[in-house]
Amino acid sequence: MSRPLRRLLDVRCGRVELAHGAGGSAMAQLIAQVFHPALDNQWLRRGNDQAAFDVEPGRMVMTTDGYVISPLFFPGGDIGSLAVHGTVNDIAMGGAVPRYLSASFILEEGFPLADLERVAQSMGAAARAAGVAVVTGDTKVVERGKADGVFICTTGIGVVPPGTDVSVERVRPGDHVLLSGSLGDHGIAVMSCRNDLRFETALQSDSAALHTLVAAMVAAGGAGLHAMRDPTRGGLAATLNEIAQQAGVGVRLREQAIPIKPAVAAACELLGLDPLYVANEGKLVAFVAPESAGAVLAAMRAHPLGGDAALIGEAVADDHRFVQMTTGFGGGRVVDWLAGEQLPRIC
Amino acid sequence: MKHADEYRDGRLARVLADRIGAEVVGGTGGYHFMEFCGGHTHAISRYGLEDLLPASVRLIHGPGCPVCVLPVARIDSAIRLAERPQVTLCTYGDMMRVPGSRGVSLLRAKAAGADVRMIYSAADAVALARAEPRREVVLFAIGFETTTPPTALAIRLAARLGVKNFSVFCNHVLTPAAIQNILESPDVRELGRVRIDGFIGPAHVSTIIGSAPYAFFAEEFAKPVVIAGFEPLDVLQAILMLIRQVNDGRHEVENQYGRAVRPDGNEHAKRDVAELFELRKSFEWRGLGPVPYSALRLKSAYAEFDAERRFALQDVPAREVPGCQCGAVLRGVKRPTDCKLFGTVCTPETPMGSCMVSSEGACAAHWTYKRFRDPLPLDVGVAAQGTR
Repeated sequence: MSRPLRRLLDVRCGRVELAHGAGGSAMAQLIAQVFHPALDNQWLRRGNDQAAFDVEPGRMVMTTDGYVISPLFFPGGDIGSLAVHGTVNDIAMGGAVPRYLSASFILEEGFPLADLERVAQSMGAAARAAGVAVVTGDTKVVERGKADGVFICTTGIGVVPPGTDVSVERVRPGDHVLLSGSLGDHGIAVMSCRNDLRFETALQSDSAALHTLVAAMVAAGGAGLHAMRDPTRGGLAATLNEIAQQAGVGVRLREQAIPIKPAVAAACELLGLDPLYVANEGKLVAFVAPESAGAVLAAMRAHPLGGDAALIGEAVADDHRFVQMTTGFGGGRVVDWLAGEQLPRIC
Repeated sequence: MKHADEYRDGRLARVLADRIGAEVVGGTGGYHFMEFCGGHTHAISRYGLEDLLPASVRLIHGPGCPVCVLPVARIDSAIRLAERPQVTLCTYGDMMRVPGSRGVSLLRAKAAGADVRMIYSAADAVALARAEPRREVVLFAIGFETTTPPTALAIRLAARLGVKNFSVFCNHVLTPAAIQNILESPDVRELGRVRIDGFIGPAHVSTIIGSAPYAFFAEEFAKPVVIAGFEPLDVLQAILMLIRQVNDGRHEVENQYGRAVRPDGNEHAKRDVAELFELRKSFEWRGLGPVPYSALRLKSAYAEFDAERRFALQDVPAREVPGCQCGAVLRGVKRPTDCKLFGTVCTPETPMGSCMVSSEGACAAHWTYKRFRDPLPLDVGVAAQGTR
């Protein structure tokens, strides 16, 4: 008897069904037709339940993140590229070189397969560009209405080169605060295409993998590069407050030194938002010893992702751990944590 | 950003501040000006304007924040309405976090299953009603004269399109009535009268009602009024104009915001509002209590769009949090830091009183932008941050 022929998945017009997450042949077909071609690499190809890889010398870092963005596709990226960039960046903020990712997909029944393929392709392209491999994964399907198209969780592993130590407890009063570029591009680009709030803008999300920028900064700053964070949800304000709390310092910013694109400033004005609180996906903020700050800033500006880098303030001794800002008027204000949310689900 | 940066020029601000410094007269006990609008309060705090003013100029933050002045009983009514299974309640973002009685906000009601949607304009609510014809879509309409015309237009749109599942829970309030109340209500005797030498008049509200409505109390109470835009240079210039009036012994209505405000306001908007709405005999303001003829409701010709009638809503009297000083803060009698709850149990995350709920409220603005100036005991500051 010959094996029954199984028809190819109709990626163009088909939709995700519960069977695609049931562990049977439908799932195997989805993986074979959608995920493997998009993410292909030597580890994935072996098809084991786990990926085995050699361990390099140095310290390893590991991080995990969930991506639930709405809409899934936005100017300058989509949930697939974001799921790579976000996790790569969390690794890079420790001064590490990203190596391997896992990807777990939670799909909503009825989600168009064409969209899923687009997401997977974008994820593969972002991973290849960043020099990381998606080496293992998982697929689950939930009933219609129990998810929002697709949720992705990625976990990443990276390696910190010997001699590099970038961590928040190394922040000291007197450190210079460097920002790699303009604030709010991602948040505003995403908001511009949300259903309830459509407005026209040429802005693109800044979603990008920052590890090569980080490598340049590590090379330039050495031990003077104390800590780095990427200001995603909650924006620069949340990130600086987090660092101030954890490191036990205050931060003083100069409003006029903070780069913000006119289009972002205008959209924020219209929507009643403060760009300091709007999400970024391709920016980092670094605390650097004053004697290394010049070299690090120059290295940032020489990198394509840091062309607009700026010195925006300093860490100061402050038992209250306030983030304060000198306004363009010469007055002072607190840059506080956000109490609630500015808008739901920006990243 | 064109049309905004011009009014945020730090160099010009210092020129204006120098002028103000040069024109204040000593020995008069200083100048006490109330900015009525939350928009001004926000600009003053956001740009640190008080740092630029001489010590003799004191700014008193008034009750002009629409979210802040809505009483607990009305918020409770909105929450009860949202909890009805067939109702979708549409609200502006800021309103979501305001606590009603027992600390329940619309945000919490939403988490518990109520259908509450955040909208950006009144017309969005009509669009939602058309898209979901089986839901009873209610617009939780709040705000001063600025937000009333969009509500009127939304009702007209619904009427024209024959949208039967749309109604409005009307809480629109009126600025002149509230200003008058601050100056002459019986509570003034109880709370003490705060010295007010003049008013920075509303910006957006005045684009609708014009500058004429302020003439009465400028004359009656002998207080100068300068209508000002919401940009920082607008506010500084208005302060300078008020100081000049006080120095000259004048009490006139002047218009600093000439680029947007005309003496008679926006005739179209006023006509639409007058056609659809009528005065309420009295309306409760959070912090001020009942204020006569200070709010609007729908005329009976538009009863089908009135959620209060459609759902037979009855406000249940609710108590404010004991110890809350919002009434005195809203009148300018006390400063936020005079309240024992400020910064301890009452913070923007867990607001107890009206002034802390919106970023335009006097307490929230002080907490957000200025609390580093307060000699807060260390443990309080850190404990409050630890609750995040």
